[in-house]
Amino acid sequence: MKEQDRGMTLIVKTITRLTVGLILLFGIYIVSHGHISPGGGFAGGVIVALSFIHIMLAFGKEVAFKTVSQKVASVFESLGALIFVTLAIVGIGYGYFFLNFLAKGEPFKLFSSGLIPLYNMAISFKVGAGLFIMFIILVMFRVTKKGEGE
Amino acid sequence: MTQHLLPLFVAIPLAAAFLNALLGKKIKRLSDLLSAVATFALAAASIYAVLLFKETGVIVYKVGGWAPPIGIAMVMDGLTCLMLVTVNVIAFLVSVYSIDYMEKYTEKWNFYCLFLLMLAGMNGVIISGDMFNLYVFLEIAAISSYALVAFGTEHEELEASFKYAVMGTLASSFILLGIVFLYSFTSTLNMADMSMELAKRGPSQIVLLVSVLFLMGFGLKSALVPFHAWLPDAHPSAPAPISAMLSGVLIKSLGVYAMIRVFFSVLGATPQVLSILMTIGTISIIVGACLALGQWDFKRLLAYSSINQIGYVILGIALGTPLGILGGLFHLLNHSVFKSLLFLNSGAVEYATGTRDLQKMGGLKEKMPVTANTSLVASMSIAGIPPFNGFWSKMIIIVACVQAGHFAHASWAVLASILTLAYFMKVQRYAFFGELKEGLSRVKEVPLFMKLSMIALAVLCVAGGLLLIPGLSGGLLNAASDAVLNGKDYGVIVFGAIK
Repeated sequence: MKEQDRGMTLIVKTITRLTVGLILLFGIYIVSHGHISPGGGFAGGVIVALSFIHIMLAFGKEVAFKTVSQKVASVFESLGALIFVTLAIVGIGYGYFFLNFLAKGEPFKLFSSGLIPLYNMAISFKVGAGLFIMFIILVMFRVTKKGEGE
Repeated sequence: MTQHLLPLFVAIPLAAAFLNALLGKKIKRLSDLLSAVATFALAAASIYAVLLFKETGVIVYKVGGWAPPIGIAMVMDGLTCLMLVTVNVIAFLVSVYSIDYMEKYTEKWNFYCLFLLMLAGMNGVIISGDMFNLYVFLEIAAISSYALVAFGTEHEELEASFKYAVMGTLASSFILLGIVFLYSFTSTLNMADMSMELAKRGPSQIVLLVSVLFLMGFGLKSALVPFHAWLPDAHPSAPAPISAMLSGVLIKSLGVYAMIRVFFSVLGATPQVLSILMTIGTISIIVGACLALGQWDFKRLLAYSSINQIGYVILGIALGTPLGILGGLFHLLNHSVFKSLLFLNSGAVEYATGTRDLQKMGGLKEKMPVTANTSLVASMSIAGIPPFNGFWSKMIIIVACVQAGHFAHASWAVLASILTLAYFMKVQRYAFFGELKEGLSRVKEVPLFMKLSMIALAVLCVAGGLLLIPGLSGGLLNAASDAVLNGKDYGVIVFGAIK
């Protein structure tokens, strides 16, 4: 099968090409403004994952794996969780587990509220990569009965 | 400074789990080392926690520096210490056992990742002083255990895991619903604050409803008899180290511990609740023993035996007398030691012979002396033969029953104890004694690490009875039973301990 025959029709592919960057950007916006507006690491992470899932739906899984492979996603997932735990443990050095030890800044400014944006970022890694992997697994694995080939 | 010990019980296994997921695939043997070191650190920390508790008394940790009841609290009292020691020491020995046992599976690092996540969840449930955090940690432990039951990914394992996941999620929903009602009634999630608020408001219908929901939820988690159907499928299907963790500590920390904490410390143990628990406990004792007698699958027999022994624990604690609670908690500790050992034995037999069917075994004593002798010790302990640890705890429970005037419960407990002896004699007779079966002549003893952890657990079985002497155990058991007996004073004690 030729590359352009995979995935959905030309209309879907064109629209996807136009919108997918915007969706990714919107996800990053939700993550980075998590501490001053509705949203945060979880919601933003889901939107970031959706942008990659969008590519997979429109162009087929081969193209999607070229942008983000399963291995990279799995590294990001573990890294997100590790950053979260590490930040929490570093807080012990300043007095308490999970202590917000950075300067809080001025309320409602982008660079404010200390560690919270970093926590949001870690969560978005974990959630985004996790959701993407879950989607891959649901797409790739098929249930086969005993004796039946792939 | 020493209070920073508390969050480490959650932080260490979480960090080790994700490091495993990140690096385990690339660096060979790293996951073995990481998991063994992390669980050893936790076991050492839990023993240190007991010594610390003896000096300082109850410790309340303010997570993030926010004072309870607004902030999240971690609480360490006598009961917490007992559970931490039980969970973390067993986890360390199981982790050592897995080094050799898990070689026959692929993706070992995934196993360790899930194992450590489950451990983090259990430690979290034990140490949390906040109702909703208790639920979150309970879910972490439960979900990783669903995945671990399915770890072999064969037909039977997937089916068992699915059944377990459905029943477990049902239990979690009941628990969450109970927490929702309690939160809307008391407007707080801190357990100490909740307990004081409930005491202020007096008895009400909502508390009754919540009690029923929690009884179902935690009853399902601890596999008491009307709620036990998932356990005989789930526990045998998991890899042996995980069976040992599930039967040994998971049903105790998620089920029994959480039940004690909620009923004694938060809701207040009314005579009605206690008598229901006592009845359920006695039914579990009898039904578990009768069903275990008829099993030919080694691990399935052990799973039914877990239901039987959890019945003793619940019966002892539900008596509500100091002696009964002491006996129940002591039996909880002992059961986690000998039941883990028995599951590890069954794993060793399966590792060497490739079968779990007792009828296909025989005469393994001469081929596998370490496995045979340690399993003999564990069987004697669980059947309550003096001087092993199981004897002392069962005796205390039965004496406490008689003292409290519950002669029927006491006699059922004695009868079931004889049945326990019977079905473990069956295991010994068919698996280890008798003639060596054909086809088993090439069986060899299991590798070093598996032997080491089985021997360590057998030593604990023999020495366990000494814990009853308060000087030797640092007053561990008495402190734990005092914490349960304090009951609704929990709130006052916790708020008094905030610094």
